[in-house]
Amino acid sequence: MSHPENAAEFLKDQAKSKWHDETLWFVRDKRDRISKTIPEWEELRNLASGIKDNVLANLGSYLEDFERNAQKNGIQVHWAKDGEEHNQIVLDILQKQNCNAIVKSKSILTEECHLNPFLEKHGVDVVDTDLGERIVQLLHQPPSHIVLPAIHLKKGEISALFHEKLLTEKGNEDPAYLTQAARLHLREKFLKAKVALTGVNFGVAETGEFVVCTNEGNADMGVHLADVHIASMGIEKIIPRRKDLGVFLRLLARSATGQPVTNYNSHFRSPSPGKELHIILVDNGRTAQLAREKFKNSLKCIRCGACMNTCPIYRRSGGFSYDSTVPGPIGSILSPGLDMKKHSTLPFASTLCGSCSDVCPVKINIHEQLFEWRQEITKTHGEMGKGLSMKLANGIFKSPLAYKISGNLMRAALKALPDSLIYHPINAWGKGRNLPETPKESFQQWYQKNRS
Amino acid sequence: MKSDSPHIALFIPCYVDQFYPSVGIASLELLEKLGCKVTFPLGQTCCGQPLANAGYKRDTVGTTKHFIELFKDFDYVVAPSGSCVLHVKEHSPVIPGLEKEQAELHHKVFELTEFITDILKIEKLDGRFPHRVGFHSSCHGQRGLRLSSSSELNQTPFNKARRLLENLEGLEWVELNRTDECCGFGGTFAVTEEALSIQMGKDRLDDHLQHHTEILTGGDMSCIMHLQGIATRNKQPLKFLHIAEILNQAIS
Repeated sequence: MSHPENAAEFLKDQAKSKWHDETLWFVRDKRDRISKTIPEWEELRNLASGIKDNVLANLGSYLEDFERNAQKNGIQVHWAKDGEEHNQIVLDILQKQNCNAIVKSKSILTEECHLNPFLEKHGVDVVDTDLGERIVQLLHQPPSHIVLPAIHLKKGEISALFHEKLLTEKGNEDPAYLTQAARLHLREKFLKAKVALTGVNFGVAETGEFVVCTNEGNADMGVHLADVHIASMGIEKIIPRRKDLGVFLRLLARSATGQPVTNYNSHFRSPSPGKELHIILVDNGRTAQLAREKFKNSLKCIRCGACMNTCPIYRRSGGFSYDSTVPGPIGSILSPGLDMKKHSTLPFASTLCGSCSDVCPVKINIHEQLFEWRQEITKTHGEMGKGLSMKLANGIFKSPLAYKISGNLMRAALKALPDSLIYHPINAWGKGRNLPETPKESFQQWYQKNRS
Repeated sequence: MKSDSPHIALFIPCYVDQFYPSVGIASLELLEKLGCKVTFPLGQTCCGQPLANAGYKRDTVGTTKHFIELFKDFDYVVAPSGSCVLHVKEHSPVIPGLEKEQAELHHKVFELTEFITDILKIEKLDGRFPHRVGFHSSCHGQRGLRLSSSSELNQTPFNKARRLLENLEGLEWVELNRTDECCGFGGTFAVTEEALSIQMGKDRLDDHLQHHTEILTGGDMSCIMHLQGIATRNKQPLKFLHIAEILNQAIS
């Protein structure tokens, strides 16, 4: 289904969509307030943007530095050109360990690679350990938001799910009670897992270390109990120096949830004695995006989700309406690069209001790129449909006489036609809105009569 | 009016021309009252924005060429629309052979309120408008032309339209819960994402109604047309005026 169809469906439950809008607005508002307590906030955004520009311009050499330094630290480095290669590498590591269970902490990249279904097909028990991720996993749903994966669910729905899956009391919606039940359930999984997988927020080229940011500490719990740690990292997650974290860590949590900092910012540099540490560097369309001049700086994204929280469309249509791993404004400029046909309606799911670009901590010109994707997508529409009517309109607008005749005809028609026709259900403007009252003359006609 | 005063062209967006001639008249009269020499160049059509935002910028070459030829010889071009001005400056295709004229034009096209505050350097208008006024910031004016500060940025708050309105005697400025949320018009978005567009409009109207707005105004008639259309359909007790109409009435 297209974005407009999904959005219309989401909006049918008015109470829930209003709640969804207000919940995410609350997060954005919190972000606004905390960002204003940092006098140098805009300077930080400029710095972060500049550092990321430098990374994208020199990505190849930074990646080589990172690989070399990581290997020096005893990390085993793997390269994956796409999701398939990434998934196979994970499976191979599991099989080498004779292991058929894995605990994961939140990694959008593994969602992008569709790792879970792949591993499950090969008989591996996959457990997402971030609370929100675990909730959507139990529901067999993808995350609806990259930072708040279960934000589309209300307490009551989670209570019902936990009652069914974790045998909690029926009807008990107390968040502390439900969280405690999830902790007990997950602890069991942590204790049993020999292999733990995490995402990566930042890979530091100069030191070969990487940083994982979580609020729940689940990444650390999984990694420290397991014998093998696999880290999946998109190649754009590189930063040049450790001190650059002083910029990014100040921006990330404030932009994401309005917190001063994520609760756990864990640095992983080398494996503990007797254990293994693997890092998989994944391309999966990133170098192709890097080669697209107009769209390459979408790769500066640090996955804070602020553009989702601020987007008036996302808030009212929900993450699933985008039908892409990364939803919201940033998803709408990343996804067409992966599959333009499938995601062709996403760049149009915006009023180009620009809030996403102003909220972005690394200053990605998201709304400008939405505009540019529209220009690309319509090239595939050909002369049919919209293309034809737009050419016609250009014919009218470049000729004053044609414009005048059609304008007069339009106003005359609007005066003469019965409302039943103007407000016919197939007329999308008139379905929920009235047209303005039709004036007797245009401004141009008034001017000629009165001023020339 | 001084004979050497700059010559200003009034650029009236196509939908204002067709549906809201009163906004064109108010803009013209207002600028004249402020001492400007204003001409409305005949033969204006459309800036091409609806096509470009729908993904057909490449089909607006003819429209853009016509626009440049019509306006290139004036000192300033002023429009009662942030959105159309933004389009002309940032989204119109480069016209071969007219690059110089086009580049110059981009520096002399202004939205009405920014022209008054930044070019005419008018700090305060003397006038009277005893009403409770709610202001809708159009996104293209606000985040595109930076006519007011945006709530996402850490910057000193400002609002060019507010500066002009707030000084009018008797005018009560309405504070909203969400000062700069989009109304959901978005050009073709209003039709292609009809359900979302209507919901966004309803939410904006609710914010104004909760805060007892009597007259809802703004710098872009397209947002107002959309909001007015929803309010009229739902019989909500709000009046709608373009900011040019308020200022023109207030200082007469």
